[in-house]
This record gives sequence, C-alpha cells and structure tokens, in this order.
Amino acid sequence: MAQDIQWKIGGEAGFGIMTTGLLFAKACLRGGLNTFNYTEYPSLIRGGHNCMQVRVSDEEIHSQTKQVNILVALNMNGVTRHTEELADGAAIIYDSEDLTLDEKEYEKYDLIGMPWKQIIKDNDLKEVMKNNIALGASLGLLNYDLETLFGVIQDTFGRKGDEVVNANKKAAKAGYDYVQEHYKELCKITLQKTDNEPKMLINGAEAISIGAIAGGLQFYAAYPMTPSSGILHYLAKEGPKVGMVVKHAEDEISVANMAVGAGYAGARSMCGTAGGGFCLMAETVGLAGLTETPVVMFNVMRPGPATGLPTWTGQADIPLVRGAGQDDVTKIILSIGDMQDSFELTWKALNYAEKYQLPVIVMSDKYLTESHIGTAKFDTGSVVVDRGLLLSDEQAAKEEDYKRYKLTDTGISPRAIPGQKGTPFAANSDEHDEYGQSDEEIENAIAQKDKRLKKLEEYKKEMPTVQMFGKDDADLTVITWGSTKMPAREALKWLEKDGINIQIMQIVSIHPFPSEQVSEVISKAKETLIIEGNQTAQMAALIREHTGIELKNKFLRYDGRPFYPEDIVAKVKEMVN
Amino acid sequence: MPVNMNDFKKQDSTWCPACGNFGIWTALKKALVKLDLGPDQVCFTMGIGCHGHLHNYMKTYAFEGLHGRSLPLGAAIKMVNKDIPVVAFAGDGDCLGEGGNHFVHTIRANHDMTLVLHDNQTYGLTTGQTAPTSLKGYKSKSTPSGVIETPFNPLTLALSSGATFVARAFSQDLSGLSDILVKAISHKGFALVDIFQPCVTFNKVNTYQWFKERVYKLEETDHDTSDKIAALSKALETEKLPIGVFYEEKRPSYEDELPQLEGEPIVNREAGKRDVDSLMEALR
Ligand SMILES: Cc1ncc(C[n+]2csc(CCOP(=O)(O)OP(=O)(O)O)c2C)c(N)n1
Ligand code: SF4
Repeated sequence: MAQDIQWKIGGEAGFGIMTTGLLFAKACLRGGLNTFNYTEYPSLIRGGHNCMQVRVSDEEIHSQTKQVNILVALNMNGVTRHTEELADGAAIIYDSEDLTLDEKEYEKYDLIGMPWKQIIKDNDLKEVMKNNIALGASLGLLNYDLETLFGVIQDTFGRKGDEVVNANKKAAKAGYDYVQEHYKELCKITLQKTDNEPKMLINGAEAISIGAIAGGLQFYAAYPMTPSSGILHYLAKEGPKVGMVVKHAEDEISVANMAVGAGYAGARSMCGTAGGGFCLMAETVGLAGLTETPVVMFNVMRPGPATGLPTWTGQADIPLVRGAGQDDVTKIILSIGDMQDSFELTWKALNYAEKYQLPVIVMSDKYLTESHIGTAKFDTGSVVVDRGLLLSDEQAAKEEDYKRYKLTDTGISPRAIPGQKGTPFAANSDEHDEYGQSDEEIENAIAQKDKRLKKLEEYKKEMPTVQMFGKDDADLTVITWGSTKMPAREALKWLEKDGINIQIMQIVSIHPFPSEQVSEVISKAKETLIIEGNQTAQMAALIREHTGIELKNKFLRYDGRPFYPEDIVAKVKEMVN
Repeated sequence: MPVNMNDFKKQDSTWCPACGNFGIWTALKKALVKLDLGPDQVCFTMGIGCHGHLHNYMKTYAFEGLHGRSLPLGAAIKMVNKDIPVVAFAGDGDCLGEGGNHFVHTIRANHDMTLVLHDNQTYGLTTGQTAPTSLKGYKSKSTPSGVIETPFNPLTLALSSGATFVARAFSQDLSGLSDILVKAISHKGFALVDIFQPCVTFNKVNTYQWFKERVYKLEETDHDTSDKIAALSKALETEKLPIGVFYEEKRPSYEDELPQLEGEPIVNREAGKRDVDSLMEALR
C-alpha cells in the first residue's frame, strides 16, 4: 500500500514556518521518501498568514495535493484557514494553552493539544524552539525515526555550533516524546522509510541557478522582485565562488542593459526578474535582438497587472514577453515546467543565446520557482557549453576585413569580442550594414532583417518543442505549459489508477511556436482540454494564431493559486464520463 | 607601431559643420594616441543622440545602445573585462534625462570607466527641444515660452554622488580637453568629463562666443583638486565657468573590490562546464 500523506504548518509570518517545512521535508527525503513542498505567504514581513505544506510519498510525486493529514497550527488562523483542507481523521497539532478548539466542531479530527509553554519549561527550552517541538511532535505522530531528523538538524545548524544543534534536537525530542506519551493511540500512521537513495530538496530557483552555474554562467544581474529573487540570492552566494559577477543594479533597465553589455563583451550572461521588472526590460530585448547580442533573461511570473499579487503565482505573461521590443525582434522564448526543466533549459538557454546570438527569454513562475521537490541529483553528463561562432583570439587576428554582421547561409555571423586584435567593430542599435555601420538603405534593411530571422529557422532544427506524457491513444489530451505540468502529471497518474488515460502536451517553446508538433498532437487527439493559469487563455490564443485550431475546452485559473491535481482529475472525469 | 590618429579612420562625419562634437572627436583621438591605445584596445559605449553617431566615424570597439543606457552597458563590459579601458559617451538629455538613474548609481559604484558628457544644453538629434541642462527660460520647440525647470548641474550631482574624478572641458579647447581625457581615462574609478559642446544648429544661446566669454581654466588658479568642498563651490559658479579638473580622489574601483576579479579578466577565462555536484550534494 502506497504511503501518501500531507503535512502542513501554518501561522504568523516571520516565525520560521518555511524553515520548519524544509526540515520536515529533508527528514522525509533522508528516509528514502519523495516530497513536494508548496508554500503560501502574503506580501508582508510580519503578521500575515504563512503556510507550507509537505506532501510525502514512497512513490514518485509531481505536486502538492489538497487534503492535509497533519496540520500544525501555530495560531488560530493556522486552524481556521485550513480546516476545509483537512482529510477525515486528520490530526491538528496546536497549542492547547493558547487555543481552545471546540471538540464538537472538530470531532472528525484528532486533536493533538500540546502545552507548549509547559513543554518548554519542563525541558528547559527557549520560546523560539516551538517550531521544532512541533516538528518532533509531527514525526512522533508518524512514528518516524527521530535520528533521521537529528541528522538534518546537525547539517542545517552545524555551522552555528553544538549548543544550537543540541537545543534544536532537544526541542524536537521533547515534542516527539510528548506525542508518543500522551497520544500514543493517535499515532496511527507509520511513515516507513525506504531503501531508496536519499534525494535532494530543491526549488525551481535553485534548479535554475545550478543549471546556470553548470552551463558556465559568468555574469548575472537582477533587481530584487518576488518571485525571481531566489535566483539572485542563490547566485549571489554561490556565484562568486566560481568567479561569477552578480550585480544588484539600480533598476531593471540597468539590469537588462548590463546583461547585454556583459554578453557583448564575451561573458555568458543572464538576468532575471518578474513581470513588472520585465516591462522595464522590454526595450533591451529589442536591443539584444538588433545587435545580435547573446543574453538570457528570466521572467518569473506572478499575477498582475501592476504590483498585483506579489507573492502568488500565475501564467499570464505570454503577450508581454512575446511583444517585448517594438517590431519583429529575433528572440527565443522558452517556458519551463518543473525542476528538471529549470536545470536543463537554463544551461541550454545559455547555449542558444550564444549559438544564435540573440536574447533567450525563459518563463517561470512563483509556483515553480518557490516550490521544493525531492528529486534525484540532475544528470550533468549531457551538459555542454556551446559558444557558437565566437572567434578565438587566433581566429580574430586572422580576420582581414571583419564583418560582424556578415550575411551567411544560416544568418549567424562569426562574433568577435572587445579587446581581440584586429576586429574592432560597433554593435549598433541603429539598423546597420555587415560591418555594424549605420545604414538606412532599403536593400540593407531587408538583408539584415532577413538575416536575423533566418537564425530562427536554424534554431528550429534543435528547438525543444513540446514534451509529451501519457499514452498516444488517450481518451483526452491535456494541453498545458509551464508549471501546470506538475499537477497535470500528478493527475495523469491518478486517472490511470481509475482507468482513464490522458495524454499531456506541455508546450515548451513559446517562440518560435512549434506549430507542426502542436497541430499534429491536437489533430490526433480524441478530445482536448487546455489548462492554464490566466484569465484569457493566452496559450489557446497562441495555438489559434499559429495553427488555426480553436480549442473549445478551457480550464483556467487566475486567482494567484496553482492548479491542484484534484481539480484536474475532476475536470477530466466530467469530460470523459 | 605606435598608435596614430589615422588608425581610427572610418566613414566621414555627418555632424553639422562646426558642431562642438568635432572638437571632442579630435581631442579624443589625440588622447588615445597619447595613451597609445589603438582601436582594438579600447571599448566605447554610447547612447542615442548626435554624440551616439561617433562610432560611425571612429573605429574602435563600440556599442551604441539605447537612449540613456550607455552607462550600464559600459559598467558591465568593465566588470567582465577589467583590462579594457571603457569610455561611455552620452548626451545631456540621454544621460541626465532618460538615463538619470544610471548616472548617479554608476558614479556611486565607482566603476572603473570614463563618462564623456556631450553637454550642449539642448536636444540635437530630435531637432531642438529643451534638455535637463538648458538654462532657465531657454526657448525651444518643446518649451516655446521658455523652460520652467532649473538646470541640472552634472558636476555637483556627480560630486555629491561620490564621484572620484570630476572635470569639465570646452570642446574648442582641444589641448585642454585632450589632456583632461588622458587623465580621465587613466583614472582608476569613475571619471566624469562634462564637455561644453556647442550645438550650432539648435542652441542659439550657449554658442562658442557665449562660452568663450565665460570659461576660465582652473589650473591657472590655486584650486586644490583634492578639496571636495572647493570643487563643489567652483562647480556652483555661474557668472564665469571654470574648466579643468575639479576633483580627484583615490578610491578602489568597484572592480577592485570584487575578489572574484583577481587574476585574468572574466572574458579571458574559459567559460566551460562547471561541476555542480557539491552544490546538489549540499541540498540533500
Ligand atoms: C526611449 C527613447 N526615447 C526617445 C528617443 C528619441 N531621442 C533620440 S536622441 C534624443 C535626445 C537627444 O538629445 P541629447 O541626449 O542631449 O543628445 P544630442 O543629440 O544633443 O547629442 C531623443 C529624445 C529615443 N531614441 N529613445
Ligand atoms: S544638431 Fe547640434 S549637436 Fe547635433 S550635429 Fe548638429 S550641431 Fe551637433
């Protein structure tokens, strides 16, 4: 029998809820289990309601689910805000000195009241250890191995010294023992470890960053903006150790221009922001396109417009990103759907930028960037660094009449960088001739525009188009993009158990659009359902534009929350039955 | 072979005859010859405006970016290639209007680069509107009744933002300008050279004659270039207009302060695949 439980902790922002959730997940991962962490928090530092849920299973999982089996409520909001999510027979761990839960109202649940203050006093602990007591209590309720948690505590707090480590361990043990002693009969579930190799706990931001580091990134610029800041924070910490410059610039306009400047100068370069910052970067997308400068730009989406819902998720920036820069900008737009994509498409994006000498925009979102999954270490065997037609110093020195924008069969021209002997040229945001000189003549304008567009034809030969999951002869084809891939894959698994076969098409390439692949899949599908996180079915519009196909069935969500597999399953069943 | 003026030859200029930009162009070439920096040993960035066309007439590595953005482009080039001298060119509208935020922040960061500010107190390329440095009352196509705002003072703004080299020059004073450019390019850290550059076509107020009647050389006074307060008060003069080096200070540049830049410039290092196993291991 598969083990599949969901644990959730909720309370006031600023009380270490995220850390506690990560410790819980790590303890599970170290026992050879699989995890998925999803977190919600408001755009406040103190006072709002924060929560994190950790789904644990011994099977491979792709997303969070709705039903919570163990709820740790650090305050009354922690109870009331999540009551609806509780599974029958779920346990609520709460502070019995502070909160009174009406037994009648909560009769369906196991109430694990814990006198925090008493426990703190009896065990000579500090008030701030409350979360760790709760963590221990949760594992006690699951009859899980406490030593595994001790190992995680050791590795997490080791830097802070033995005293901190021991205090944290002691708090966890106090919680564990209290539950085992006072609620033994309610410790019904036993979370079994497996022999599987422990996985890493990684979120999308870390996966992007590690993909970038593996792919030889040398320069990263950003201006803080949720939910893209995780990339900045990770790279600011780890980047300099591998020689990378990470710059927090004055605004996103500067950020984008710096990333382009570094790319022009010959560094592997990237920048990142959320939709609001991306608006400011739009002009620079055009600059990189026209000057054929390699750069990777991340747009980590959140709901808008304007400041919108800063800490929530959405998939509504297709028109923004596609439209960035006036006229037809030669650019590539990719969308990533999970941690594996985050790693892989980041290093690939760095290659595409240099091979095709253009801006590559990668779209992620809050749900992907800030959710954690337990996953095997990424396979780095296939990582390659391809710098395209970048001239070596020796090659540059041999150039006699160097044309930076030379017309070639592929549209791609050999690229020199500042400082190389013999190839001084100007990158020029005015339309220019093969040398880079400003040129407004008709023939030249057409030749250079055609040259740039040709590069995309070349790119299409290796473009990551769509990813398919499930069986070809499925009853229904779900079309999606970005992070909705995760709950969709989870739903596929569940539906299969119920004897319903669906197929998923995840559209990876937004621009150029993989029209052929998409038309083919849709034309063969028995029925389709498009699922996306925006109000106006932006992907469906893109599909119509490129294939002429009008998708009838749309499942849209635009309230800042991600899709849940339960909703997808229900929707599919409604359609199939 | 030593560098000479002809090494930079490209296409003929299309600036209006007698434009102040000609003086800047010549003085710049002289400065590079003096510094023995050839076309492939220096990198220019420029914004959009008449100044931005310089790269069409002068052969070097260059990036004519977008209006107002020559500074972030230049700063990034310097961060990844600390060995190449970077000179950013900008118009007054370009740098103080559209790119005003970059102006103060690049100065604050003390990136090791030079900013050549083509200060013609008007918008040239867009055919004569008011600029952030236009004198109060300046009548232009966009301010037919005269501009209401008071002018920006790039020098005091730079000084108060922490600039480590602040100078002003007059485009007609070729040798003075060329000397200042040599000093600015040699300066370690951010160097501002604000240049009075008459726009003969659109600015009928701040003409060559107007400047000639007002400028005087700081080096002919007892001005102490290490005295910031003195520099500020000199920069605030409006009757007569001092030219020369106002202020100079030794401070590590942004690039000096980045430990990861020790050794070879980033662009000379191999951008190879990196081992990320330990990073992934740390997440277990
Ligand atoms: C984003 C943007 N806005 C406006 C313009 C139009 N534009 C080009 S140059 C310029 C101003 C030119 O004045 P200045 O910067 O002082 O340079 P000058 O031509 O005097 O050298 C303007 C407004 C532009 N190119 N880009
Ligand atoms: S418009 Fe003014 S600044 Fe532009 S080239 Fe003519 S004189 Fe020079």
